Amino acid sequence: MRDVAIISTGMTPFGELWQSGLRDLFVQAAREALMAVGSPSVDAIYVGNMSGGQFVGQEHLGPLMADHLGLAGVPATRVESACASGGVALRCGFLDVAAGASDLVLVAGVEKMNDGADVTNVLASAADQETEVYHGITFPGLYAMIARAHMARYGTTEEDLAAVSVKNHRHGARNPKAQFRSEVTAEQVMTSSMVAEPLRLLHCSPVSDGAAVVLLCPLERAREFTDAPIRIRSSGLATAPMALADRADPTFLDAVSLAAGRAYKSGGVTPSDIQVAEVHDCFSIAELCVLEALCFTERGSAGELTRAGETALGGRIPINTSGGLKSKGHPVGATGVAQAIEIVEQLRGEAGERQVPDATIGLAQNMGGSGASSVVHIFERV
Amino acid sequence: MPSPRYWREIPSRYRLEAAACRGCKRVIYPKRQVCPQCGGVEFEATRLAHRGRVVTSTVVHVAPTDLQMEAPYAMAVVETEEGVRLMVQVADCDPSEVLPGMEVTLEFRLIRKEDHGGILCYGHKAVPVE
Ligand SMILES: [Zn+2]
Repeated sequence: MRDVAIISTGMTPFGELWQSGLRDLFVQAAREALMAVGSPSVDAIYVGNMSGGQFVGQEHLGPLMADHLGLAGVPATRVESACASGGVALRCGFLDVAAGASDLVLVAGVEKMNDGADVTNVLASAADQETEVYHGITFPGLYAMIARAHMARYGTTEEDLAAVSVKNHRHGARNPKAQFRSEVTAEQVMTSSMVAEPLRLLHCSPVSDGAAVVLLCPLERAREFTDAPIRIRSSGLATAPMALADRADPTFLDAVSLAAGRAYKSGGVTPSDIQVAEVHDCFSIAELCVLEALCFTERGSAGELTRAGETALGGRIPINTSGGLKSKGHPVGATGVAQAIEIVEQLRGEAGERQVPDATIGLAQNMGGSGASSVVHIFERV
Repeated sequence: MPSPRYWREIPSRYRLEAAACRGCKRVIYPKRQVCPQCGGVEFEATRLAHRGRVVTSTVVHVAPTDLQMEAPYAMAVVETEEGVRLMVQVADCDPSEVLPGMEVTLEFRLIRKEDHGGILCYGHKAVPVE
């Protein structure tokens, strides 16, 4: 296996981008990434996308995106793993380069959610249609059940959940590409409208449009393109039972734990080596469960860790410096690639007001459904 | 959604039919071709007891289109006496009273009317034990 580096990034702002269609978002982010390194020729394209078919009626995104980039002819593959589609696309690109099959690979994540689709129903298609959705559960409802189980088992409180949203909005206010660049108070979170008890509107990531792109190449060639390559040290992917009812412990995200274990092992790092991380906070409770599954803290203690400020900028392990899905926005298929971009900016020292001083090793964790798939990447400055 | 899908799913939905793995004895609901615990492929049909306990729950306020008229409603993961867990709606009670540990029975009910075809969709809902 060859070492693989990220040599360039491109990203649209995240938000309600009414002027841009699915293909516009992709091309904008891809051109930004390509032009930053002199528009080299591309050997392969991977496009992470959850549901172009349901959101805008468009499937077959591989050739569509290659064509609109002026690259018809290049191998192009659409990758789907619900909200983890972007992260899994990154893994596909990583493996392609590592295996020696391609040299320069463009990895994209893109989603156009604001185009008239019934977003609640589309997102629910990442859950089990026969045993979950049929009976009336929604996507926020599944995470609400995880939250209530976590509260019953560990004493996690609504204040703990609110602390996640407050912290991520504080970070996102410093991110020019974030959808919501405004801070919120715990009181605002805890009095926002109820979505699925105990989760309220300000515990939930928004409906967003956006695209994010990274370019990969073998590390040994990376300096042909950039002075600041970021090595992808390892990649781990895992699955868990699809339905929440089929998981022995609804408070523990097995797929995250397995994916992280694989990434830590093949990267030769431990959780305490990680200096900055982007994690999948589609709902506030998800961030708490993920921190526990990544072994950043003991099971049941993530709420306390968050309330103590340890996961904020300036804390022991800053989490979601980009604002996370909550504040930066969550165009589902784009999220995994956007997480990687935040870590690249942190490791390059280009994160501005959000910079974690001297960060050299970072992690990104992306998750599909209510936790049935998860992918973890570890990055390092070289 | 095409109607063959509904009749295909009737045994588990209407009769709470499950499958007991001959290899490891685990009861699987709905039935599957491969046991998720031991990989076994031989099963005996069995019916679930209509009784269980709430493992976790929520009250859905922002509901899917088909169920908007019913919100807010309680949903729960219920564990039956066989150790099987099902996702069900909890009916005939104040939704805010549905909390982990609550004892419930499972009753045959109308689940939803599907929008376009107007198909009546049945299944089981949980009802708190008095
Ligand atoms: Zn078995």
